[in-house]
Amino acid sequence: MLPNLNNLPTYDTVGVNERISRFQSRSIKKSAKVEGLKLALSMIDLTTLEGKDTKGKVQQLCYKAMHPHDTLKGIPTVAAICVYPTYVAIAKETLKGSGIQVASVATAFPSGNSKLQVKLDDTKYAVEQGADEIDMVISRGEFLSGNYQYVYDEIVAVKKACGKAHLKVILETGELDTLDNVRKASEIAMYAGADFIKTSTGKIQPAATMQVTYVMFDAIKDFYLKTGKMIGMKPAGGISTSKIALQYLVMLNEVLGEKWMNNKYFRFGASSLANDILMQLVKAETGMYQSADYFSKD
Amino acid sequence: MSKDKNIFKATWAYADAPESTDHIKIKKQYELFIDGEFVKPSKNKYFDTINPSNQKKIASVAEASTDDVDKAVAAANKAFTSWSKLSGKERGKYIFRIARLIQERAREFAVIESLDGGKPIRESRDIDIPLAANHFFYYAGWADKLEYAFPNRKVKPVGVAGQIIPWNFPLLMAAWKIAPALATGNTVVLKPAETTSLTALKLAEIIEESGLPKGVVNIVTGAGETGAAIVNHPDVDKIAFTGSTGVGKYIQKATAGTSKKLTLELGGKGANIIFEDAAIDQAVEGIVNAIFFNQGHVCCAGSRLFVQESVVDVVIEKLKSRMETLVIGDPLDKNTDIGAINSAKQLKTIKDYIKVGLNEGGEIYQPDCKLPKDGNWCAPTLFLNVSQSHRIVQEEIFGPVLAVQTFRTIDEVVEKANNTPFGLSAGVWTQKGSKIFNLTQRLNAGVIWGNTFNKFDPTSPFGGYKESGFGREGGLHGLRGYVKFD
Amino acid sequence: MSRIDIHKTYKLYIGGKFPRTESGRYYAVKDKKENFVANMCLASRKDFRNAVVIARKAQKSWANATAMNKGQILYRIAEMLEGRRAQFVAELITQGSSEKSAQLEVDRAIDRLVYYAGWSDKYQQFFSAVNPVSSAHFNFSCLEPMGIVAMIAAENQGLLGLVSVVAPAIVGGNTVIILASETKPLSAISFAEVLNSSDVPGGVVNILTGNADELMSHMASHMDVNAIVYCGQNQKAITTINELASNNLKRTIFHKKNDWLDTDCESPYMIEKTQEVKTTWHPTKV
Repeated sequence: MLPNLNNLPTYDTVGVNERISRFQSRSIKKSAKVEGLKLALSMIDLTTLEGKDTKGKVQQLCYKAMHPHDTLKGIPTVAAICVYPTYVAIAKETLKGSGIQVASVATAFPSGNSKLQVKLDDTKYAVEQGADEIDMVISRGEFLSGNYQYVYDEIVAVKKACGKAHLKVILETGELDTLDNVRKASEIAMYAGADFIKTSTGKIQPAATMQVTYVMFDAIKDFYLKTGKMIGMKPAGGISTSKIALQYLVMLNEVLGEKWMNNKYFRFGASSLANDILMQLVKAETGMYQSADYFSKD
Repeated sequence: MSKDKNIFKATWAYADAPESTDHIKIKKQYELFIDGEFVKPSKNKYFDTINPSNQKKIASVAEASTDDVDKAVAAANKAFTSWSKLSGKERGKYIFRIARLIQERAREFAVIESLDGGKPIRESRDIDIPLAANHFFYYAGWADKLEYAFPNRKVKPVGVAGQIIPWNFPLLMAAWKIAPALATGNTVVLKPAETTSLTALKLAEIIEESGLPKGVVNIVTGAGETGAAIVNHPDVDKIAFTGSTGVGKYIQKATAGTSKKLTLELGGKGANIIFEDAAIDQAVEGIVNAIFFNQGHVCCAGSRLFVQESVVDVVIEKLKSRMETLVIGDPLDKNTDIGAINSAKQLKTIKDYIKVGLNEGGEIYQPDCKLPKDGNWCAPTLFLNVSQSHRIVQEEIFGPVLAVQTFRTIDEVVEKANNTPFGLSAGVWTQKGSKIFNLTQRLNAGVIWGNTFNKFDPTSPFGGYKESGFGREGGLHGLRGYVKFD
Repeated sequence: MSRIDIHKTYKLYIGGKFPRTESGRYYAVKDKKENFVANMCLASRKDFRNAVVIARKAQKSWANATAMNKGQILYRIAEMLEGRRAQFVAELITQGSSEKSAQLEVDRAIDRLVYYAGWSDKYQQFFSAVNPVSSAHFNFSCLEPMGIVAMIAAENQGLLGLVSVVAPAIVGGNTVIILASETKPLSAISFAEVLNSSDVPGGVVNILTGNADELMSHMASHMDVNAIVYCGQNQKAITTINELASNNLKRTIFHKKNDWLDTDCESPYMIEKTQEVKTTWHPTKV
């Protein structure tokens, strides 16, 4: 049932910014940094979501996912790769036996502007192709016109269509205008059955920010306290450096705590982050600042 | 419904990240700064300044006797003649120079402030030192514009300003005192607190470098007796004091028969009021910032928390869980949120109050945190279910100890918030605009924070009602205490 | 047979009423030729204490009255005083003034009330500030009344000295308890009659007659008085007031001037003397 949205906590940006600046001023050194970087790498949903995607591109990405940087020992693989439904089968085949999940966007991604049946078909198709995880978008237009029930019902229907696949619900926070709306949309998504809530499609600016991620963490925390159910979180888009990724982890550590500090409950939706993390890991091992030329781009 | 509140515990440790002290120059011994020179104290007496995080001695600091204070006042008096006649434009340039020199040496100042006073480097680096420099910048610009500050009046400087500052914001308080005094053409004899003299003496080095005429600013170090010598000196025309209400009362009494102008910034017991319609998470952050900022060594700290009964459970739960993530320890570590208590004496005061709170039946809460062995440490502390009648609610503790009460209605909380001899600060948290303004108008305090707390700015006047003192520092209104009308 | 005069009984003015002193004490006021004029109440510390309780009760609602309303009330006082001009001139003459100086004093007192009536809805604009802080906050400072102001009026100008300190204090939302000139108290109590017919709420202005040396220490030490105004040159009194004021950090304001006809008695800075500055912060981002 649609939750009561009238008494939700509210947010004011200046206050949230102050809290964020605390996370950003944490200084992470030495072994803690290496530990954090490896953790961040293991949480990445390596992503390609372009009109010009091809079989070849997806296969290269899958190989990168399994072999981030073979000369560096003891590093994890990424958590998943994230593609359009039409490339799910190829990805699934390429990644066989690696343990890496295949996530697929669905539901008329990225705008979400289509009728429900098309979205459900899109979802079912991706699942049939072998997707382990579905990243759906909410109907922002309906949300902003106050049709919360519509948004809720749609998520419930998509969740049903997912079957065993995990459902990540993209709020597209860059279109939601206020932090209070982000909280409201998070609430709708969690009560409608989301396994994960996710900030952005990556197609709208701003994509993930620490501010919206903080508000979504907060929603997840309150939801846990009310229901005992742990919801995962995925900031996506705009997280391209190790430094920023570590700041997200600090925030995760201090707001949701240790139970969320793994890729079952936290993911980065990113494409170029992996290489930056690898450069930092090599720097930590060798003591030398690195060049991008020494790290494979796929 | 299964839920485990401890699930949110943070476990990832960030490893030590101490700020480097390599580039910091601290002398073994510091002298008095009188008439533009560093001079030995007449009685050749020195006292130790201690690092409160490990109890080790940092340096020896000269103790100014009555004779030394006489010399400093004489130098300030002599310098007044030409300094007060110097054009505002030229006076302003010296003050701008001081601002710039502080900025250039900001990191050094921040490290010394944390070493000597125990405050976290994050605060000294991001708040104390930049604000101090900005304060000089702000007042520098006023020096040649005073006729616009007081329309229809011709203003004159008061004369020699005796300024006595506390140990909680050593350099910042020096800036709050010196900058407006110089901008208005006064000369200064300043005494820093005895536990935190170093940054004021470093400021003396900067003042020397700036080429400010000799005797315009004199800095004499020492304890209460040195302060009393300044207060009672017949040639001092103005006293500006920041410190305890007890000493403030003494000063008003001691200067009773004189024509000394007086401004006093004294103690407080600020109310921080959380309504049910507040942005609860920001309010929790506001509570933390209100009472644990600078270990609670803040005169305007929000040390009395009032939570509306309908949200008290969730607020306290979130507050406790937030307190679990506070990092307590080495002030020089960039990750430290709560540093060392400024002195062994202050730690005893705080601990005594905690005992009083327990004896009065308060329900104590402290997060599960390891305190370092050496040095002066106090865990952040809540006292739940207390009332206005408890001593820990009435008296200023000046430490990281928060007294928590509940309320039901607006009238009730306004009455309780104002039910104190103090009147320095208050905070209100609600998302309803009319409620904010209703409260900000009715609370008897000089500074009111709506949906925020412990914010400071050179342009913003600061000062109290009632026993929190009189006069304002900062902003246009901060000029008033340093001028007289023709 | 000629008509027998009706003599006026002068009493205190507390809370909009004219009580006698609870102590039953009195002192006689005489004219220049040492003829008996009237018996005045010799107010006691208890009268003062009662006046403080009443002034405290009246303060909030007086401060909350709109600026326009306070201005109109001050103007009303001026109107009432103008209408009784002859009586006040006569009283001042009885107390030793020349006719010319009595007229000047009354005229100036009326004009001064009009002057401060006009400031009522303006002084806040003059002294307030929006402060451009370096963060996303709206920050402003404005004035608020100190609360209860105890006053010892000037000795030499019984009407003008009193009006010159009362008007700026009440126009700023304070309530006052003023001890009238000991030797020239008649116009103070007659002024109370003016106040009482001018829509000034009871308790906003309270007027005592009596001996300053006796009452001063109680006025300065009372813990529920926020500020004290002393008009005079007695250095010993100034010291005592300051010393006792330190008990609750009372704000002390001293006027050493002799001549209240001075134009610098008319100034917004006079209002500012019994005002506190309150600064408010609020974030500005949604």
